[in-house]
Amino acid sequence: MKFRSRKKEQLFWGYVFLAFPLFLLSIFVFFPIGFAFVVSFYDWNLLIPDKPFVGLGNYFELFKDPVFIKAIKNTIIYTLGVVPVQTLLSLFLAFIMNQKIRGRAFFRTAFYIPAITSSVVTSIIFVWIYSKPGLLNFGLNSVGIDSNIDWLTNPTTVLPSIMMLNIWTTSGYFMVSFLAGLQNIPSSLYEAAKIDGANQWQQFWKITVPMVRPVTYFVVIISLIGCFQVFDQIFIMSSGGPDNASTTMSYFVYQNSFKYFRFGFGAASAVILALLIFATTLIQKKYFPPEAY
Amino acid sequence: MKELKLQKIGFIIILAVATLIYIGPFLFSISISFNADKNVFEWPIKLFPETFTLDNYKNVWNELPFGKWLFNSVLVTTIQTVTNVFFSALAGFAFARLEFKGRKLIFGLLLSSLMIPGIILLVPKFIILNEFRLINSYAGLIIPGLVGVTNIFLMKQFFETIPKDLEQAALIDGCSYFRIFWQVFLPISKPALAAVAIYTFQGSWNEFLWPVIVTYTENMYTLPLGMASLRTELMTDWPLLMAGTILISLPTLAIFIIFQRYFVQGVASSGLKG
Repeated sequence: MKFRSRKKEQLFWGYVFLAFPLFLLSIFVFFPIGFAFVVSFYDWNLLIPDKPFVGLGNYFELFKDPVFIKAIKNTIIYTLGVVPVQTLLSLFLAFIMNQKIRGRAFFRTAFYIPAITSSVVTSIIFVWIYSKPGLLNFGLNSVGIDSNIDWLTNPTTVLPSIMMLNIWTTSGYFMVSFLAGLQNIPSSLYEAAKIDGANQWQQFWKITVPMVRPVTYFVVIISLIGCFQVFDQIFIMSSGGPDNASTTMSYFVYQNSFKYFRFGFGAASAVILALLIFATTLIQKKYFPPEAY
Repeated sequence: MKELKLQKIGFIIILAVATLIYIGPFLFSISISFNADKNVFEWPIKLFPETFTLDNYKNVWNELPFGKWLFNSVLVTTIQTVTNVFFSALAGFAFARLEFKGRKLIFGLLLSSLMIPGIILLVPKFIILNEFRLINSYAGLIIPGLVGVTNIFLMKQFFETIPKDLEQAALIDGCSYFRIFWQVFLPISKPALAAVAIYTFQGSWNEFLWPVIVTYTENMYTLPLGMASLRTELMTDWPLLMAGTILISLPTLAIFIIFQRYFVQGVASSGLKG
């Protein structure tokens, strides 16, 4: 092919190379973003051909729906419970791993395995662990704690149980992120602190924590977005029950959109969830920026 | 000095306990999968089954549509991995090595799309696929995941690290940009391509939410969805269920162990981008 100039040639090939990805992303990402808002203004049901425009009707209905309010509450509890614990735990594990300890590669692999395993697999294993005659109650009883509840069908324990599973699954992944960050901290900082008589605890809070701030920012954002959208574990372990005690916003979206096929109502709830996520990340960016103060 | 040694022992103990917590559940599920006794709740719960059997693994193939689900999973994962590697390399090359009008704008658009939570796209994607009658079909399962934005970024970043004058000689020889991409850049990009392939494989193989939404008959299920559907249907046969979950974990585990450094590097670089 002949081109009049190199510039024209690059223009041609640039768009040829991008054509298919752009086409696909337009259909499955860019268009759907706008379309989600449109659908949320209609009483759009897959099974009913008539789709009347209801304006903000779906949104008004959502905030009158006690299940949706409960779903928001559950999602916030879930996120506030998982994100800090997970972040601290993974930083703590990374800190220990960063000491010159033998078999580091082994530990790293071990902690990472839950993160690469299918959520279905980990959820099924934990259904067994959390069941009434399961491993958790057995373990508690063997150390003298009398416990015989069914963790996933009890409304007070169901959500914390799934939160524990989530912390267990993803903390290894974040631990590896932190470990990479820790390895970039110059060892001279620690040496200087030691000369000044700082103990491990002080070194951890005064050197490690501030120095890994960019990684912490990344970990918190990813963890937040994941928690806000938690679905697989809820679907497999409790189906939102008992009595909506574990219905999260994403499960609510799923239930209304794909069980009752109320697309308008479901899309409206998804929009609220997206706005909530967006607002949270903005707040984090403003008040807890990745750079040190 | 003595204090230091004590501290080290403390660290090792913490790590050992943590290892038990992270690995223990898998060990128990392996143990259950080999257990001939269907009653897996007999106390005291033991790590080693009293009567060992391979029957559960045989029954996974005989009593469940496991073969069909495996076929579906392999099909979806293979196609998505191949297309992701190819198209993200193409797009990454365009963004990193070509100068053309609209490049920055398009790239900014892709960047901002990463901020969109996937949950908001579900209903519109379903409606679109339903218009084309692709619900509960392989096309519906596969097409939305043919190219991922994260992979495009990964390839763009990689191509940007290659010195600027690499393509000059080829250009003087009159090669087209596609030939430069194909014959000059792809052969030296194997590590990045491998990383994209591994991430896509893991993501597709473990994907749960999309198959839940887009399929509704058992013969279209992928492995994770199939196993999850059993959890409600035959909750009593834990050894069978555990054998199935062990089997579907093997490919991802094998790939992780073989290609560990890609995972660690990938996480490291994305972590530093912050």
